[in-house]
Amino acid sequence: MELSLRRIVALAIKEFLSLLRNPASRAVLIGPPIIQLLVFGYGATYDLKHVPFVVYNQDAGRLSRDFIARFAGSPSFELIGNLPDQLALQQAVDSETVLMAVNIGPQFTSDLERGRTAHVQFIFDGRDSNTAALALGYAQSIVTAFNRERLPRNSGVPASTIVLDRAWFNPNLESRWFIVPGIAGILTLLVSMLSTGLSVAREREMGTFDQLLVTPMNPGEILVGKALPGFVVGALEATLIIAVAILWFKVPFTGSFPALYLGLFCFLLSAVGIGLMISALALTQQQGLLGTFLFMVPAIVLSGFATPIANMPKAVQYITLVDPLRYFLIILRASFLEGAGVSLLWPQYWPLATIGIVSMIVAAGLFRGRLG
Amino acid sequence: MSMMRLMGLIRKEAYEIVRDPSSIAIAFILPLALLLIFGYGVSLDARGIPVAVVVDHPTLLTASFVGELRSSRWFRPTNYPGEAPAEKALTDGRAAAIVWLRSDFTRLALSSGRAPIHVIVNGVDANQARIIENYLNGAWLAWLAQRAAGEGIRISAPVVAEARVWFNPAMRSRDYLVPGLIAIIMTLIGALLTALVVAREWERGTMEGIMVTPAGKMELLLGKLIPYFVLGMGGMLFSTIMAVFLFRVPLRGSISVLVACSSLFLLTALGMGLLISILARSQFVAGMVAIVATFLPAFILSGFLFDIHSMPRVVQLLTHVIAARYFVGLLQTIFLAGNVWSIIVSNCLGLAILCLLFLGLAIIRFRKRLD
Amino acid sequence: MDAIVVANLSKSFGAEPARRNALKGVSLRLAAGSMTALIGPDGAGKTTMLRTLAGILTPGAGEVSVLGHHLPEQALAVQRRIGYMPQRFGLYEDLSVEENLTLFADLHGIARSEREGCFSELLTMTALGPFRKRLAGKLSGGMKQKLGLACTLIHPPDLLLLDEASVGVDPISRREIWGIIHRQVVEHGITILLSTAYMDEAERCDSVIVLHEGEILAQGHPGRLSSPLEGRSFLFELPENLSTSPRTVQSTIAGLPGVIDTVIQANGLRIVMEEPAPPALPADLVGRGTLKASPPRLEDAFVSLLFGRVKRHGISVPAETAASDGTVVIEVHDLYRHFGDFTAVKGVSFSVRRGEIFGLLGANGAGKSTTFRMLCGLLPSSSGTLRVAGLDLRRAPSAARARIGYVSQRFSLYEALSVKQNMEFFASAYGLQNRRKKSRLAWALEEFELSAYAGANAGDLPLGYKQRLALACALMHEPGIVFLDEPTSGVDPLARREFWTRLNALACQGTTCLVTTHFMEEAEYCDRLVLMSLGEVLAQGTPSEIKAAARRPGEPPPGMEDAFISIIEEHERSSRRAS
Repeated sequence: MELSLRRIVALAIKEFLSLLRNPASRAVLIGPPIIQLLVFGYGATYDLKHVPFVVYNQDAGRLSRDFIARFAGSPSFELIGNLPDQLALQQAVDSETVLMAVNIGPQFTSDLERGRTAHVQFIFDGRDSNTAALALGYAQSIVTAFNRERLPRNSGVPASTIVLDRAWFNPNLESRWFIVPGIAGILTLLVSMLSTGLSVAREREMGTFDQLLVTPMNPGEILVGKALPGFVVGALEATLIIAVAILWFKVPFTGSFPALYLGLFCFLLSAVGIGLMISALALTQQQGLLGTFLFMVPAIVLSGFATPIANMPKAVQYITLVDPLRYFLIILRASFLEGAGVSLLWPQYWPLATIGIVSMIVAAGLFRGRLG
Repeated sequence: MSMMRLMGLIRKEAYEIVRDPSSIAIAFILPLALLLIFGYGVSLDARGIPVAVVVDHPTLLTASFVGELRSSRWFRPTNYPGEAPAEKALTDGRAAAIVWLRSDFTRLALSSGRAPIHVIVNGVDANQARIIENYLNGAWLAWLAQRAAGEGIRISAPVVAEARVWFNPAMRSRDYLVPGLIAIIMTLIGALLTALVVAREWERGTMEGIMVTPAGKMELLLGKLIPYFVLGMGGMLFSTIMAVFLFRVPLRGSISVLVACSSLFLLTALGMGLLISILARSQFVAGMVAIVATFLPAFILSGFLFDIHSMPRVVQLLTHVIAARYFVGLLQTIFLAGNVWSIIVSNCLGLAILCLLFLGLAIIRFRKRLD
Repeated sequence: MDAIVVANLSKSFGAEPARRNALKGVSLRLAAGSMTALIGPDGAGKTTMLRTLAGILTPGAGEVSVLGHHLPEQALAVQRRIGYMPQRFGLYEDLSVEENLTLFADLHGIARSEREGCFSELLTMTALGPFRKRLAGKLSGGMKQKLGLACTLIHPPDLLLLDEASVGVDPISRREIWGIIHRQVVEHGITILLSTAYMDEAERCDSVIVLHEGEILAQGHPGRLSSPLEGRSFLFELPENLSTSPRTVQSTIAGLPGVIDTVIQANGLRIVMEEPAPPALPADLVGRGTLKASPPRLEDAFVSLLFGRVKRHGISVPAETAASDGTVVIEVHDLYRHFGDFTAVKGVSFSVRRGEIFGLLGANGAGKSTTFRMLCGLLPSSSGTLRVAGLDLRRAPSAARARIGYVSQRFSLYEALSVKQNMEFFASAYGLQNRRKKSRLAWALEEFELSAYAGANAGDLPLGYKQRLALACALMHEPGIVFLDEPTSGVDPLARREFWTRLNALACQGTTCLVTTHFMEEAEYCDRLVLMSLGEVLAQGTPSEIKAAARRPGEPPPGMEDAFISIIEEHERSSRRAS
């Protein structure tokens, strides 16, 4: 099958015009991604700030006050009150007024001074146990730091200390640096799928698809022509989002742009390929929308955007192997934070390219099949 | 308002739902697929984290520390001959952290008791990095206590934090993810379904035929709302059954409260869908808006995954117009804590305001007119 | 009492500067129990008028009262008493015939006890009885339209508003629909206001209103409207065995001074003059036929009313030079197409010669669309041979498709693109480039008078202009063969005339045209045609041959529509006898 560049370009221009001349699709493609990047970029964070907590301190000593001060002084926690009894403590947790409640026994200072172990009760609201787990971790590190200073120096036990030398790539452990590139990946997927997933179904409903088929264009040209706008819109949108991530959110970009754009190319190939596949299968726009949706939601959930793939059960981990977003998120994060170059990202490129080429071939087959 | 007209419209809608498989797919297949994926697939509980261990000068002491790491279920340690290969493993992603015991570790530990254990983590996923750090600290404390016991000295940490996690003592992330997920699924069902079906009537020209009948505006709106409300409640029931019996999420609150809150939420979501379709009038636009305005905001801003308190003030304010935010709070409380009235009342109030807003706007904007 | 009183009604759409006035100070009165037709070119304001009367558009200015209720305030009261059938009646396609009827019965509050009687009467009247349980989406176009009418009539309305109720429907269904409408007036005394593109339908009404650009041009009994044309209508009868095609004669006569309109008709040419005097026929035509005075028809009046108001483009029709050299360019032999158990096309054979206008006629569901799609290469055939320009388009290299042009049903174009962008796209799709592309674009804008609309969105064009644009796009690459699928459906008589003039010009230049149509009068314009029913070819040949085949002994030759109906009925009768 020979492809005529001229015809492909003509079709691609037509696709662009119909995307951009329709005020609704223009609005959906340009406005929301940037707004969403800003809102989600600020909203989606695992860094706990101002977690409200209360204290029921039965100890009058100096050490308990010191202990509490370490929590109150941390940016992660915010002390909102000292409570007089256990009941009030319970109510505060029950009513979601606080996420954490600390109960310090009457012997705290004296136990510590005599070298005995002091027990402190921490109560977390497990309804939102994601945050609870995070808060527990934060609390634990504050307690550990407190302990480290109070450990007996020369007790004859060969002791040691944990020294966190450095956190590579993200020294201050800012989760925004991790999340924002992820959002960039999600929005790129959204935009490129929306601009291709409905294109054939819309033409079919309008009756223009027949008109297209009787022209000298062959299925290959139609496929490429329809793929191009998704590609270009996706690439432009991604560039814009990456620029906002770097310039606005100040996420450091340490890698190489050629490596990132090679990854973007492979990713768009697969996203557009899958979009066209859905498009060729759908008879109506409604089916096209649902198909896009049914693909996108699991693709986002299983991409490792919010929860690490390594934590998923083995069977689910295998499913993620066909999720293009999974590979692209690794490429994005590695390019932003790890300074990865092309050679290091090779294991991400080839699966993406494979998914892209396979889906394009299937889409072409479906086009052909639908014609008959 | 005539019962006959209303029933006629409802019956028509019911036939359409039954005969068009895509509505049923949204109401039942979507929850099934999403619940299974989330329920089994999403977890923040790390296990078997790959750790690169570098021991410059192996002794009995270093061996006992590595042994402690090995016995912990959190870690999967691998020995590396030197710092360089370990760092390469960290860069390649084969290791999430490096634990480095330098050549002077044993000497310092025996002499001063202040031997540093150097740790390098991959900080890309900051949250994961923090979890690894905490786990390592835990392993180190355990090792310390064990060493002391071996020497016949009882040494214990000065302060022991006894953490109790109420409502979900085992910290099973499934228990809180599943109720949150139900909220997101219901947002999708409510808004997407209604957004598409009303727009479809405009596109197919059926709206024009219906408009010139004596059916009033409220009858037309109720004729849309009631069938999809029933379908949505069906999806809700289905999801709840899956949550309780398949995922074993406890349901501590009363069923009647659950039903009442779900009804209120569903009305809000349907109202939003109606409003979108009344304003859009085309399936293409309605679908796009529904996708952009429902799934991602509900996923990210509802407090389902990300803590609302930690968001900047402006974004926190924005979450108040996201219905899923209230429903996530309601479901997590009703499932895991029970009927806690202060929470139920305040969230329901928020929902009721949104519900009135969406439905009110839908009623105002819907006219039995083409212009 | 007057059923409808409209005074100074105006209505406009859109905001400045793109404001469009659909109605400009229209006033009218309709007597109760009368039947009135609303006619006019596309964009005249017919649909706006009907929608306003149905209470679903707010009047911009002026007074509207329907059945004594004032609009827009009392819209609900009006809607309780009227029946309104929009242009595209939206049936619920996932509901069965009976369920659709039940829905509208519910909405109009018909008591359950009365329903059975009412349904069976409507179903008998529309001949939909056997299809009670069938889903509306699975009905043919004609049946859908009848079901839509039945839904509108479910409560006996006092006023019936019909917006092009018979558009896109074959002659048999059209007759049935008219039968139903007529019964409403005779038996129930319902007032009817309908818009239509068929002049013969308008002629049957008590009164006709001619709308043009939102204003009433004329109003009155059809006979009264056509009376000023007394002495201006002529018939130029041609013998049946004429050597040249009537089209050549037509183009000669159309060019004569004082001629407003010429159309090919059953056995000759109908001519309308500006003044009451016969046309001065050139010498070479005088002997070839007989010129007679003819009683004027409503269509003549319509054309003459709009003559001068609507700028009509002089389409140059070249002398018959490149015409028919007898080469067969389309050949279909024993063509079959099955869809599951259903056979849509059963052994169809015909051939089309270069430069012919070839018609494909048939009722809804006759298999003509399926045949048409197979010819264009959009659908594979199950068996049989099929050659277009010597090739099977489905298997031919894409270059072969560059030799054909295609105008789809409903003139599907890219609505979000401007007129010019549509043209540019199709020009490039057909491989035109540089100078040729530029010159063809200029030609299309000029020839189809689209320059004024070049920047407008194709979706916002009036239907007649959409049709022009569709044809322009199909002809951009100067194809040797053009396929046209119902190219005149829903288009007013003026635009239809213009369209056929263009087609004639094309055929004269040697372009082969394959047309499907519902309009039987248009069958007369074809050189040859096939008549299909239930997937089979019932008759083929020139229009006069077809009419001759349907001629009953001792009767004059029937018109095309009568011939069509009698051939199909005869065929159905014989196939029933066979089974």
